[in-house]
Order: sequence, then C-alpha cells, then structure tokens
Amino acid sequence: MFSSHLSPFTQYEVVIGLEVHAELITKSKMFCSCSADFFGAAPNTHVCPVCLAMPGALPVINKEAVAQTIRAGLALNCTIAEDVRFERKNYTYPDLPKGYQITQYELPQAVNGWLDIDTPDGVKRISITRAHLEEDTGKLVHENGASLVDYNRAGVPLLEIVSEPDMRSIDEVNEYLTRLRQILIYIGASTGDLEKGAMRMEANISLRPAGSEALGVKVEVKNLNSFRAVRNAIAYEIARQERILRAGGQVEQVTMGWLEAEGRTYVQRSKEDAHDYRYFPEPDLPPLRIERAWVAELAASLPELPHARRQRFVAQYGLSPKDADVLTAERPTADYFDALVAAVGEDMPAKKVANWVMGDLFRLVNDNGLPISDIPVTPEKFAGLLKLVAARTINANTASQVLKTMFKTGEGAQTIVQREGLAQVSDAAALETLVDRLLAEHPDEVARYRAGKVQLFGWFVGQVMRETRGKANPGVVQKLLKDRLNS
Amino acid sequence: MSHLPQTIHEARRLLRSGAMTSVELTEAYLERIAQMEPDIHAYLHVAEAQALAQARLADERMAAGQDTPLLGVPLGVKDIINVQGMPATAGSRILEGFMPPYEATVSRKLREQGAVFLGKLNTDEFAMGWSTENSAYGVTHNPWAQDRVPGGSSGGPAAAVAAGEAAASLGTDTGGSVRQPASWTNTVGLRPTYGRVSRYGVIAFASSLDQVGPITRDVRDSALLLEAIAGHDPKDSTTFSDAVPHYADMLDGGVKGMRFGLPREYFTEGMHPGVEKATREAVARLRDLGAIVEEVSLPHTDYGMPVYYLIATAEASANLSRYDGVRYGYSAKAPDLQENYKLTRGRGFGQEVKRRILLGTYALSAGYYDAYYLKAQKVRTLIRADFDAVFEQCDALVAPVAPIPPYRIGEAPTDPVALYLLDVMTLPSALAGVPALALPADFVEEDGAKLPVGVQFIGRPLDEATLFRIGRAFEQANEVA
Ligand SMILES: [Zn+2]
Repeated sequence: MFSSHLSPFTQYEVVIGLEVHAELITKSKMFCSCSADFFGAAPNTHVCPVCLAMPGALPVINKEAVAQTIRAGLALNCTIAEDVRFERKNYTYPDLPKGYQITQYELPQAVNGWLDIDTPDGVKRISITRAHLEEDTGKLVHENGASLVDYNRAGVPLLEIVSEPDMRSIDEVNEYLTRLRQILIYIGASTGDLEKGAMRMEANISLRPAGSEALGVKVEVKNLNSFRAVRNAIAYEIARQERILRAGGQVEQVTMGWLEAEGRTYVQRSKEDAHDYRYFPEPDLPPLRIERAWVAELAASLPELPHARRQRFVAQYGLSPKDADVLTAERPTADYFDALVAAVGEDMPAKKVANWVMGDLFRLVNDNGLPISDIPVTPEKFAGLLKLVAARTINANTASQVLKTMFKTGEGAQTIVQREGLAQVSDAAALETLVDRLLAEHPDEVARYRAGKVQLFGWFVGQVMRETRGKANPGVVQKLLKDRLNS
Repeated sequence: MSHLPQTIHEARRLLRSGAMTSVELTEAYLERIAQMEPDIHAYLHVAEAQALAQARLADERMAAGQDTPLLGVPLGVKDIINVQGMPATAGSRILEGFMPPYEATVSRKLREQGAVFLGKLNTDEFAMGWSTENSAYGVTHNPWAQDRVPGGSSGGPAAAVAAGEAAASLGTDTGGSVRQPASWTNTVGLRPTYGRVSRYGVIAFASSLDQVGPITRDVRDSALLLEAIAGHDPKDSTTFSDAVPHYADMLDGGVKGMRFGLPREYFTEGMHPGVEKATREAVARLRDLGAIVEEVSLPHTDYGMPVYYLIATAEASANLSRYDGVRYGYSAKAPDLQENYKLTRGRGFGQEVKRRILLGTYALSAGYYDAYYLKAQKVRTLIRADFDAVFEQCDALVAPVAPIPPYRIGEAPTDPVALYLLDVMTLPSALAGVPALALPADFVEEDGAKLPVGVQFIGRPLDEATLFRIGRAFEQANEVA
C-alpha cells in the first residue's frame, strides 16, 4: 500500500517565499557617523569606535535610515508601526564586531504589506510579512590562506523585506524581485545595485502535492547575490526536492548555501544546529515612537510608484501596456517622458512622442552611455524639435539628423535648423515659381500627363524635391502640381 | 602629607590663592601615590607624565584668569572608563595592554574643565564583584584596615580617595559598585539617576544599570563632580536631556520638615549589629535635625537579587561578546577560529565573569527566556513601582548600604548566593534607576580595627539635589557629633 502523493503521476506545486536584504541609501551608517558610501574604499577606512565595537562605544539611531525604512514600508503598502524596538541578535562571527547584530525583531517598522506582480493569468498580489531595519556585517576576505576582515560595511543600514510564501513559480519570483527592486530604486531607498551587493536574497522553497493546502517541509537557501542565482538555486532545489519526494523520501528542513560556479546547493546547517539567537531588547537604545505626522510627511515625499505610473501612462497617454512598461521601468526615463509630453503639449499625440523616445532617443542614450537625466537634450529642447516636426517645418528624417546634432552640441532644434537651412520650403509663392518654371521646361511630359499618363505625377514631385534638395514641403508641392496640371 | 588638601574645594582654594600650583599639587599626589601604593594598590596605571602635562596646562589657564571648580585638581578614574592616552583594562586579562582609541564623554568633560588625571584605578573584572578580588591585576587593600577589602567593584577609586591618593575619583555603579566601597572606606559615593550621566566610553557590564558616579571626601565634592559630568550626550541615547542644576549651590537648607522612609525590608537576617546600629543612629540624627522618619515597605525587595542577576548577566553575556580576540585585546592566536574563540575567552576572562556570562546566556536561551529574562523584566517594573509608591509619601529613603563591614581579603562568603546577598540593599534602587548617595555614618570595631560603615539616602529620579542637601546636613551633624 502506498499513499497517493507518492504516485509517479503526482503533480507538485512549488511554494516560495523570499527574504530580501537591501542596503539603504543614507549618508552615514546605522548607528555611527561613518560614511555609508564605502564601495571601493580601502579596507577598514570607514570605521570608528562604534562600528568596530570598541569597549564602551554606544549606538545612536540614524534617523535617515528609519525614514528610508518607513518610505519603503509605505511603498510596499505596509502598516507603519508606531512603537518600534531594536533588539540584539546574538551570534559569533568575526564579521560581526559586537558579537550581536542590532535588528528589529518583535516590533518591526513595517508589517502586512503587499506587492502586485504581473503573471500570465493577470495581476497577482504577493503579501509582505514585514520590512524591518537592521545593520549589515563586515566582510571576510580570504587571501593567501589567511582570513582578513574589512569592517567598512559593518553597521551599514540594511532593510530586510520578508514575503509570505505566495510565489508559485520561478517566473513569479523573478517578477517579484524585479518589481521590488524597481520600487526601492524609484523611491531612492536603495541603489538596487546587485553587482555591488546592495541587494541580497534568501529563498524558502518547499513542494506539496498540487491541491494540497498544507505546506511541505521548506529549505532555506542563503547567500543569493543575483536574480540569476535566485532562479538557478530555486530550479535546482525544485528538482532536488521533487526527486526526493518521488522516490518516497522526505525533504529535510535545512539551511542551504548556493555554489554559483558548481550550480548546486549545499547544506550549511541542519535543523538541529539551528542558531539560538537569544534576542532581547537592546538596552542601549530606548524604544522608538514614530510620530504619525512624520509618517505623513514621508508618505508625501514618495514619488508616483512604478505600478501606478504604468497605469497612468496607458490611461492618460494612450500608450500600450508594453510601451508604458518600457517608459516607466526607470524613474528618470518616466520623469523625462512626463516632462517631454507636457512640453510638447497638444502639438503631437503622446503615443507619437513615445515612439520618438523609444526609437531615436533611446538609441542615442544607449550609444552615449549617459543617464537620461544628464543628456544635453532636455525634455524642453526635445519638445522644440518635435514641435517643428508637428508643424511640418522639418520632416522626420531631418528631425533624426537634427536630434543627433542636438545630442552632440546641446543646441536647440531651431538654431540648428536655421543655421543649416533645413526648414522645409512651404512658401507657396516660392514653390509656385519653381513649379511653373518646371512645367514650362517640360512641355512633353505635361502633355503626356494630360493625355492620361497620370503616373508621371510622381516624377514631377521628384523633380521639385530635387531642385529644393528635399526641403520642399511635399504636401504643398503636390497641391500646386495638381492645381497646375489639372487646370 | 600635611600640605595635601582633603577635598576638591580645598584644593581649589589652595590653587586659587596661589599657595600651590597645579603642578605642585599633582607632584604631591604622585608622591603620595608612590608612598601608599605598595600597601594599597588602588592604581592599575599611574599616568605621571600626562598628569603633569595636564597640570601645566591648568596652571596656564589659571594664569589666564580662568577659575572653574575642577581646574587643576588631580583626580583618579576607575579603569573601566576610557581616558585618552591611558590603558583601559576593566580589570581583565582580556584587555591587557589595550589602549582605547577614544575618550569617554565623562573623561572629556573633566578634561575640558581642567581636571588632572592621575591614573586608572582598580576594579573587579568588568565591574563584577564586591571587593576588587576579582581584578586580574591584584586586590586593592582597604586603607582603614589593610588586611581587608575596600569593597567593589569601584574598590580602587574608593581606596584612592580614602588614602589621599586622589582628591576625588570616578567609579561606576551597576548594582552598588560605588556605594558599597564608599561605605567601606568612609567616603561619599553617589549613584546618579540612570541616564543622568553619559555611559559613552564606559566599558559596559550591564547597559540598563551601569552609571558613572563620583567618589569623594565630602558631599560638596560629590555635587561639584556630578555637575561636571552630568547631562545629555548625543552619543548615549539613554541620557536625559533635562538641564543639569548647579548642585553645589543647593547644598544648604537642611532636612527640617523633610519626610524620610525607612524600608523595613532592608533589615535582613545576618545583618551586622554595627550596621544596624549605624542606621538607627542615622535615623535618630535625622529626627534631631527636624526630619520625619517613618518605616515604609518596598514589598518586592526580595526579588531584587534574582532580578538583578538575570538582567545584569543577560546584558553582560551580550556586552562581553565583543572580546573575541579579533580586533583588540588579548588573543590566543590559535590558527582555528573556533579554537581561538575558546582559548582567547577561556584564558582572558576570570571565573566570576565566566560564571555570569553562562548565567546570562541561559537566561536568554530559547525555552528559558520567558521564565527568566522576561519575568525578571516584569518584576523590575514592580520594583520600580515600589519606589514610585514610597516617593509619594516621602522625599527620600534612608537605608544601610551593605549588611556587613568590609571582610578580610580572601575571606568572602564562599557560597556565591551568600555573596550575591551582599548587595541586596543597593540592587533595588539600581534596578529602579533612582539616585542614591552613600556617606560615612559610623565605625565598628572588629579585631582592633576601626571599620567604616556607611548609610545611603535614596531619592526620586533626577532629584540628586535633594540627596546632596540631605547629605550635607547629615555630614555636618556628624562632624559635630
Ligand atoms: Zn562607525
């Protein structure tokens, strides 16, 4: 006799929860006045008695880090706690100078939030259990058989965001991480720079027979430093756990590490060796009371968030969801687009403006490597160019060329068009003279046209364009030619 | 040593009158130290050159017309408080040779006010003890009976002041560590309100209890010294922002009409009759001075000892984690990390410290936390409430400091629990965070030795001024008597 969930035909459902650690953007560290901007600095140059845990040193809460945590909590739709307490999490490791980490445990800063992600089945809401503030550790460096410690990172404020086990696939995990990172960058809480270790992930993975409500035994995978590592580690764990379950075995509750190079997880700690962190309230820091007025002030400081902005771009500008997604992926791009559309005004539909941005402008920005907020073609200048196109002063091809020049010189579109004589000739009187001369010079063609060879019309247009070196307004030319030839 | 002043204010009078320069005064103290130290061993480090340099600076400031209460006055500092340029051992092997790279706020304040630091004074290891017998660097002898302990953990600071090796000193009081040695050396010891004085740069034993306090020859000096070190410190989030009163100007006024409580629970079994007599006489003296003294009850007093030993050891177990042989202090330099932790801490810490780290670790462990640490915190609020209640009826409490007079070196009660009972009269007020002033009351004769016995006055939070006023009145009455 065997139980049904061991059947080789059982479908398993994957259950995933994530813990994300994001370094916050603050001037100083969490509990001292050392600069938190340590990346690339010589080892142990951003340190002081407090973050080195010298005897007698005491922590002082960095208000800016608390503000960033509250802003992130608000952006993640969390309830912001009024009473917050720091606690000591005790464990011993050389990168942890005090022998305990100061963190929020029982009374975290933000709880019960959510983040919406896009799935093939529509929008899915991922619950966020908590977002709390703590301090980062130093870094061990292994060199020539010796282990060295760099404490520059010790005490840098760290935001920990814990999700519920609401994700059911690697795609959902990827979408959650992408959206979460986007929000943190949008609100200026974190650089989200994965290569510099500004975001670090841990995944809880378990499998259960499809349709089952009970959670399976979960495995925690730590030290995931890129989204790719998260995806690969989860894929590896799903396969490993499924193999065990199909063979009738039981998954062990363990903490795993991820070996990126070998593409496999390994056991770091079994359940029996689980740490007892002996949390207790940090006696050096009185509990924090968060004033509601301050929370309101911080809420007001939040920019429009990516999801809302995407929706607005579709509703207000008539963009496709895909284009709206591209234009809101990064806040500076969305800011640029908003400013550009406002400056162009009624002269050109936003959808057309979007095409200009995603086409010509993105190409130039990419080739140039400058952030969009720093390019010489400001939204106002770009709007000047697009207005010339809308007014048919220049045509699209000319506009592309002018934009390139604007990018190089930072000049306004009008200046370049005038200097280089690029304006289309729309002056009916001037074109009339030209058309009349042309018709006088080609009596045969005129006669053949009038005799019914209407295909010659295009040839006449071409002649005018050649004479004006492309600057003639094609609409005006066509109208003049029709008037003359058909009269 | 007739030319050595007895107090800070006397020293200032000499300096101000030009009878002595700060350099001369400092030299006299250094001479006194050299003469007394072989018998007393109050100092772990004498900073001769630095002291003289500070004294020269003070003389220059005086020549420029400056006149502040501590300018040019030689003081000693317990070796658990960081002073720039001097080692800080906390009485522990694990910090042997450690030079702190920064100065404690209290030291900086004293330095700025022109005080001269003679050196660092002995303490029980990490302030865990009653006698300085737990110091890794030898015991300090009681100047009143050299075969006896001076009390502790601030035994060095108390003995130095009693022996005239410093005009005054700074100690720390976690559960009685200033008051008990003051009581045993015939000096004045103040435990300020928790949060009145910055702990920044004071090597932590139990963060929610540690408080720096002056040990002086009289109440006026205590007031002067507290005024100099008290106040809000942006580097210590547990300090009060309340303005610091000019305590020294508030000494007079007496105790006439003041209401005192005499806690019934402080008269324990095993109390030395001399201690009880001294306390009863103190009560009589207060009544003579026009005060009203009534018996009061602090019903949770008995819980003080277990609550203290759970909370203090829990905090200590975390506070002492930083001594891991990685960044500073003693390191066994074992090639394996775990081995290095074990050897460094095994050799670096003494028995009492290890015992308390173990106790605290258990109290915080999963499965024990609720029954021990959390319960202790709850009872702590009850102990606080005891004090709140009695302070609705009285202005201050009068109580003994320690149940026995100083014992002979090496003859401490052998049972740790009996030993822990030594501070039952100082623990509750420490747990409540209220201020308490210990001062000389009497002497008892034992085996031909004259042993000091102190009495303490416990006051409302931040009301040190009242304690000084009481202390001054009591001290004056005692002088006459
Ligand atoms: Zn620092």
